[in-house]
Amino acid sequence: MKVLLSWLRDFAPFEGDPIALGEEMSDLGMAVEELERLGEGLEGVVVARVLETRPVEGANKIHLVTVDAGDGEPLEVGCGAFNMQVGDLVPLATIGTTMPNGMEIGRRKMAGVWSNGMLCSASELGLGDDSEGIFILPGHLTPGTPFIQAMGMSADVLYDLEINPNRPDAMSIAGVARDLAARLRLPFSLPEPAPSLVPASAIASVGVEILAPERCGLFEARVLRGVTVGPGDPRLATRLALLGMRSINNVVDVSNYVMLELGQPNHPYDLAKVAGPGFRVRLARDGETLVTLDAIERALSPEDLLICDGHDEPVGLAGIMGGSASEIDATTHDVLVEMAWFHPIGIVKSSRRHKLRSEASARFEKGTDPAIVDLAMRRFAELLGAGLEDGSVRDHGTLPDRPPVLVRSARVAKLLGSDLGPARIAEVLDPIGFIATPVGEDLEVQIPSWRYDSATEIDVIEEVARHHGYTALGRTLPRAATTGALSARQIDRRRLRATLVGRGISEAMPMPFLAPGELARCGLPDDGITIANPLVAEQSVLRTSLLPGLVGAVAYNWSHRNYGVRLFEIGHTFNRPRAPHAELPDEREVLGVVLAGSEAPAAVLVWHALAEALGVREIGVHNEPRPGLHPTRSASLRFGDVAVGAVGEIDPEVLAAHDIAERVGYLEVDLDALLAQPHGGAIYRSFSLFPSSDIDLAFEVDDHVPAAAVYDAIAAAGGPLLWSVELFDVYRGPGVAEGRRSLAYRLRFQAAERTLTEADVAAARAGVIDAVQSALAATLRT
Amino acid sequence: MLENIAALETTAPPRLAAAGSLEELATLESELLGKKSVLASYKSQLGGLDPDERRAVGGALNRARLTLEDAVLARRLVLERDQRRLQLNAERLDLTEAAPGNEAGHLHLVTQAMETLEDVFVGMGFTVAEGPEVETDWNNFGALNFPPDHPARDMYDTLYVEMGEPGSTVLRTHTSPVQVRVMSGQEPPFYMVMPGRVFRQDTPDATHMPVFHQIEGLVVDRNITFADLAGTLDAFTKAFFGGDFTSRLRPSYFPFTEPSAEFDIQRPDGSWLELGGCGMVHPNVLSNCGIDPEHWQGFAFGFGLDRLGASAHGVADLRDLFTNDIRFLSQF
Repeated sequence: MKVLLSWLRDFAPFEGDPIALGEEMSDLGMAVEELERLGEGLEGVVVARVLETRPVEGANKIHLVTVDAGDGEPLEVGCGAFNMQVGDLVPLATIGTTMPNGMEIGRRKMAGVWSNGMLCSASELGLGDDSEGIFILPGHLTPGTPFIQAMGMSADVLYDLEINPNRPDAMSIAGVARDLAARLRLPFSLPEPAPSLVPASAIASVGVEILAPERCGLFEARVLRGVTVGPGDPRLATRLALLGMRSINNVVDVSNYVMLELGQPNHPYDLAKVAGPGFRVRLARDGETLVTLDAIERALSPEDLLICDGHDEPVGLAGIMGGSASEIDATTHDVLVEMAWFHPIGIVKSSRRHKLRSEASARFEKGTDPAIVDLAMRRFAELLGAGLEDGSVRDHGTLPDRPPVLVRSARVAKLLGSDLGPARIAEVLDPIGFIATPVGEDLEVQIPSWRYDSATEIDVIEEVARHHGYTALGRTLPRAATTGALSARQIDRRRLRATLVGRGISEAMPMPFLAPGELARCGLPDDGITIANPLVAEQSVLRTSLLPGLVGAVAYNWSHRNYGVRLFEIGHTFNRPRAPHAELPDEREVLGVVLAGSEAPAAVLVWHALAEALGVREIGVHNEPRPGLHPTRSASLRFGDVAVGAVGEIDPEVLAAHDIAERVGYLEVDLDALLAQPHGGAIYRSFSLFPSSDIDLAFEVDDHVPAAAVYDAIAAAGGPLLWSVELFDVYRGPGVAEGRRSLAYRLRFQAAERTLTEADVAAARAGVIDAVQSALAATLRT
Repeated sequence: MLENIAALETTAPPRLAAAGSLEELATLESELLGKKSVLASYKSQLGGLDPDERRAVGGALNRARLTLEDAVLARRLVLERDQRRLQLNAERLDLTEAAPGNEAGHLHLVTQAMETLEDVFVGMGFTVAEGPEVETDWNNFGALNFPPDHPARDMYDTLYVEMGEPGSTVLRTHTSPVQVRVMSGQEPPFYMVMPGRVFRQDTPDATHMPVFHQIEGLVVDRNITFADLAGTLDAFTKAFFGGDFTSRLRPSYFPFTEPSAEFDIQRPDGSWLELGGCGMVHPNVLSNCGIDPEHWQGFAFGFGLDRLGASAHGVADLRDLFTNDIRFLSQF
């Protein structure tokens, strides 16, 4: 929200460095996002009257505007905006002016014609954001008058504040001033409007009825007589422009001004156009529609609250935007002003449903001050200079209950770490309207009507902390009652990462969202859980595997001529839960590895490295096709019956679908399953100091007999003297039958407490040969 | 005999010194000192000599043997040294030919930042808690004091997952649901951090990604105060950024903390950086998790770590973190 220093000063005598004032606002939780010093660089800008406009030959983006800058001499200025009429008053930056943005105005040629200055938009003058057209000035000004003087401006400071949802009070200039004045111990006072009152007459016939009391706590209407619709007061118009609102006419300007100043949204109607005359506040009916001021026809829901006229015809979407009927226009003489208090949640829901936010809804959804209505009505009349009928008509719904809150001094001390005591607590609360009455050591606090957000002890304690000052509460360091440590799981994860990095594999972070069909393109079941409101359709499916993301990363690198990339990821996958009514997906932490340019065995070795690093034992590699992987070059990793992962090569079809022309080794391990199995905690196995004896055995076995089975048979038959078994050669070719291969193993025998005899080794050797040959249809090669 | 021995003592050493190879030297050694050598045959004849002559010839034989053995040894040392030099020369390698590829892999910048942050907090006595990325509406919002339709929900561009009732399942928008899980499942005290991946419906640009990472902290004990929050964050600031950094708290709003604050750090050059949010855990949050707020109290804080990790290495565009281009990954 934007606030103007001069406007804040209408409520409290703020002095001193504007930057220091801004820091106080930030320290109160109204963070200054931008601070702009105004009025600098406008000395050379004067009021000018448009005498004539004519096109420039060969240029359709600019035209030539002839103005009178007060000396009666016509002056030609090139201009890229077309929103002025002959007779309008406009700001003219004269030759030699340096604009607020630093631009210097000189006599220069535009599209072949000379331009003697520049007509300015509001934003070019540093007055708000409106850069749509030239800033059209109120018609009663005198050409030649310096712009600053004509607009009643002086050097000023514009702050753009970030207002939190729990600060309804800070949605008005007065509210910001109250908070800041309290911090600076300055007196704060609201205006005491003194409009001219006229006897009640028309108001007597106005009816107001709230039919949805839960949604509307208060609805009040008053009548202003003798209004002449015309241009807005330049002083008000300037402030409105600076706060980002265009001047429309005197009535609308006052309406906006009152809202910005006091935080009370309001709506002026032409009394003559309001049927009844009167208002009914009711919920919309199914199928009902309303054309809002932005000319959009809105389909209403029974949860939308409407303001209707006396004939029950909707005239506005309550608290959000008025309808286009019964607008103020030049024929208006009597104005019916409406102000209300709407329940915030209802406004939030309607505003969200219609994707429509307005200055009014921004205030109602935080909770406005129902007690400000009377003052705001009088302020409206005073600023407009109209006669306020002495009398109002109002109806009440359910307003929030504001019982006093007990605030315990001891609780404040225990939470904030400073024993402020009841006197100091009352002292910081009082200037922001929280009236504290001592009850023993504690306080009974009446929360002000402008703090809808505040209702409990902790809410009040936050105000105490805020106004005492966060910094003043000091710093202490608690002694942790726990011992800091990573969990076993976290240590395992770091060990996995370290092992992979040590093998030259880098960590990638693919997005966990996939495009529809991507799972199928990766040879995986196309049953991913979907996102209801994805940013783009390409990111609407939750991954069920790390494979698509890692293959995508390889494809990206391949397409950028980064060949042979070795990547891993540790991330979550999301599968449909097995339990029928589970609340959440079957979410797992998974490790994936892609080795571009490597075949399946490289991936198996990575698996063995990880298993060794973790101290995983007894997990088998079982040759079998796995989804997404090369059907004859893949295996599952199993602990008994529990699958913990898959290893192999990416399916060539998947690679082709991603335009990857190199083999890609792949490993995926379900860490939740793997780390649930026993691992680590190795127990020392002592080794013998007596001489060992090696024998080499080569077995010819069918190709479908896994080497792991031969290994297992050797290990089982080797007996207690067998220390190690190593597969050192695999051979296919002459001397070995088609469809079979030779697997050569080196067996090392050793006894714990003696030197082996030849008989020992011979017996073990015979036993191994016999076991392997009989179990696996193997033949010993000699 | 004596003349022959003396002649041998003169003629043999030059022959040995001229041996061109170890093999040649071995042949000469065998000829001159072996069982069939002249010296050996003289030695076998000693028994037939009279005592005086035997003493004289025996002494001469011994001296000659020692002379020849010295000559063999001297030549062997030379030849062996030459041979080793030849062999080493033949094994010569240019070690600059060993050009680095991607010998070591690289941890992702985000992981590096996360692990460093975890280590700092572990050093401060915290443990590290984790939880799922898809969460219930209750854990992500409800328990954290966001009633349904609460305007503060609009502060988060939530991605909803199609499971159960519409709107009941979300991709967590912060790691706070881990706090809910911790507090709902265990007894205080808690001194914990929760690092993890979070999601928002945000269009990717240089400073926003729909997927990013946070670390949050939660301390709940009997007497934890707002001053403890300020002190803990300042200690963290100095431990992580450096002793010449400071911190400050500014009032803010979050539904799950009260009082709430923004947590800024000040660089040694005096400039400020908004790091994250924090505050005292709201009594409603404690109650929602089954903890009595009259007996336990504490603080929570949280901040994003992608930007921290990126800016520490001069990465200006967060999108670069997630292209998975090896040319990016291998730089850190």
